[in-house]
Amino acid sequence: MLFANLSAKLQDTFKRLRGKGKLTEKDVDAALREVRLALLEADVNYKVVKDFIAAVKERSLGSDVMASLTPGQTVVKIVHEELTRLMGEQATKVTKAKTPPTTVMLVGLQGSGKTTSAAKLAKLLKKGGGSPLLVAADIYRPAAVKQLQVLGEQIDVPVFQLGGQDPVQIARAALEFARKHNHDYLLVDTAGRLHVDAELMEELARMQDALQPQEILLVVDAMTGQDAVTVAKAFQEKLALSGVILTKLDGDTRGGAALSVRAVTGCPVKFAGLGEKTDAFEPFYPDRMASRILGMGDVLTLIEKAQAAIDEDKAREMEKKLRRQQFTLEDFLEQMQQLRKMGPLSQLVEMLPGVGGLGKKLKGLQVDEKEFKKVEAIILSMTPKERLNPSIINSSRRRRIAAGSGTRIQDVNNLLKQFEMMQKMFKQFSKLDKGKMRGQGRFPFM
Amino acid sequence: MNNMGFFSQIKAGLQKTRNSLMSRMEGLLARNAFDDTFYEELEEILIGADVGVETTLLLVEKLRAKVQEERVRDGDRVMGLLKELILEILGRETAPLQLDGAKPAVILVLGVNGVGKTTTIGKLAGQFREENKKVLLAAGDTFRAAAGEQLQIWAERSGSELVKHQQGADPAAVIFDAVSAAVSRGYDVVLCDTAGRLHNKANLMAELKKIHKVVEKALPGAPHEVLLVLDATTGQNALAQAQVFHEATPLTGLVLTKLDGTAKGGIVIAIAQKLQVPVKYVGVGEGIDDLLPFNPAEYVEGLFAAQA
Repeated sequence: MLFANLSAKLQDTFKRLRGKGKLTEKDVDAALREVRLALLEADVNYKVVKDFIAAVKERSLGSDVMASLTPGQTVVKIVHEELTRLMGEQATKVTKAKTPPTTVMLVGLQGSGKTTSAAKLAKLLKKGGGSPLLVAADIYRPAAVKQLQVLGEQIDVPVFQLGGQDPVQIARAALEFARKHNHDYLLVDTAGRLHVDAELMEELARMQDALQPQEILLVVDAMTGQDAVTVAKAFQEKLALSGVILTKLDGDTRGGAALSVRAVTGCPVKFAGLGEKTDAFEPFYPDRMASRILGMGDVLTLIEKAQAAIDEDKAREMEKKLRRQQFTLEDFLEQMQQLRKMGPLSQLVEMLPGVGGLGKKLKGLQVDEKEFKKVEAIILSMTPKERLNPSIINSSRRRRIAAGSGTRIQDVNNLLKQFEMMQKMFKQFSKLDKGKMRGQGRFPFM
Repeated sequence: MNNMGFFSQIKAGLQKTRNSLMSRMEGLLARNAFDDTFYEELEEILIGADVGVETTLLLVEKLRAKVQEERVRDGDRVMGLLKELILEILGRETAPLQLDGAKPAVILVLGVNGVGKTTTIGKLAGQFREENKKVLLAAGDTFRAAAGEQLQIWAERSGSELVKHQQGADPAAVIFDAVSAAVSRGYDVVLCDTAGRLHNKANLMAELKKIHKVVEKALPGAPHEVLLVLDATTGQNALAQAQVFHEATPLTGLVLTKLDGTAKGGIVIAIAQKLQVPVKYVGVGEGIDDLLPFNPAEYVEGLFAAQA
């Protein structure tokens, strides 16, 4: 991808200027051109980009960029700060009603992920001790009601539906039902509609009147392009939007739409959808989104996941072993298992800087879950002695291991070869300075 | 400006809140000054239509050179040149399905989540039924809740038959069954639905390869068309989608859906340039008739028509 690494690009831009002594406004302009292109590539709306660049320019000219020894980094820092500021504070709470139920409407274009998001939100609220009721108010798309019912069953949350009746009627009846049955949350899944469809937009407004919801969440596909601005504006003109759910963030899009929508509506992005399973739903972190839009990777999320899953002591021990080059197949297995606790590997890899969005380059790095299971089986079929000292694994042992793990001898050979290569790699790592080692030692696979 | 063609064929019942102001383009041309500001504005229009930075810069650069070379002074002529440049990439002709008289003809429909695969299949089924073809639908989305039911409703609407297993079944098996059944029972067309999948999920892309292989096995020479459905609302990510899907299962065409909104889907220009895969259809509504052959010339006109 053209602008995958903005930091490196800016570094380059400024390096060329280094000899000049003092940076001028023109130099800053050149740098901001790169920023502009990066944001446009990330699908931030061009009008939003314009305003944003103007703001960054003002700050850059006034501040320490000129004097800084590393102007590239300083500009990146300012850009990142401004982006984060624009993305707003983290806001993931659902505003509660004074008297239950708290009503939440989910609205958006077709295919943005409303139904899935409704189920995910219901699961989250249920987990927090709530008793949500899902309402199937999409009477237009074939089998939409059924979809919500199936999802409701999966997460054990009741679904209110009245078949193909008028959505406003459904809304009223659902509210009544929720009050009677003591549901504290009412989550209304509405039909997908185009913002230019006056009739259906009017219907949403009538549902709003009937429900008086505490929250109206606009569900936005993270892959949305320039039109995100038009869509968000149109929905906001008709409805009192209170927040945004950004879906399909498990893709490799940079997600500039998040910024566009935020800039236009002023509403915070409250949740992020990260997969098709009902628990793939997370609070939204504005600062991390800023990094992602800039192509700087989501290092923070990765670190957080690692911290949650990996035992600190074990990690330290592992690091020592690596440094002393005592890393065995046993350790390899253990690390692999810890890594898997962090979630699907493909997601983890994408969070690394410079990897997200690099469809092609990613190939070598593509981590296949099945491959991991295979490796696990092979190592588990080895004796402890073999795991400690793979060099004793001769051909008859290889045969035994392959048979025991249900793999082919080539698979065993491959693993041993890879392991040998890894050990060599670690040797090189340990030649690097120790500070660097600390960061990398924990994830030898990456 | 020009509002003819499929942009005007959009269902009449749909009231538009399109900007009634004079289009930006008209304002630009009226100035008859082709300076940097002019080209910058042009860039913004193209980027605003999701054409993407790289392709936009390329187009504008070529245009500048041409305008200078041919000493063009007239605004309409400049626009004509730009449209030409885009048509050079998109191709001038409509690109009909290439079914080569195969019986049954097998069409595989792919895409990321929520782009409108099932709806597109329903509409295609409707068109084939109008030609009195015997149509079989394969419910290859065994993952999403009620996807099979959704397709079933489309089968009923269009008067097609449906092959469906239960949720969670192997999609390749469903599609294999459908193609085999179509062969033995003399169907004309098999339309295979697949689950929405993000292109960066390696296992799901591998599943697609398997589906492709299985179709080939069930009927040598099939699939005859592999269509990638793209949402016109999608931005630059659509290019990555097309590239990765194309690698997994060579695409024969694109379907650009949801063009009845305000999004222009300009990324198809970048895709056509990079992959040479033609756009075959556009989706302009939820009704069974709302799928039209893609007409490049009309599309390019629409690209520069009033920006909402």
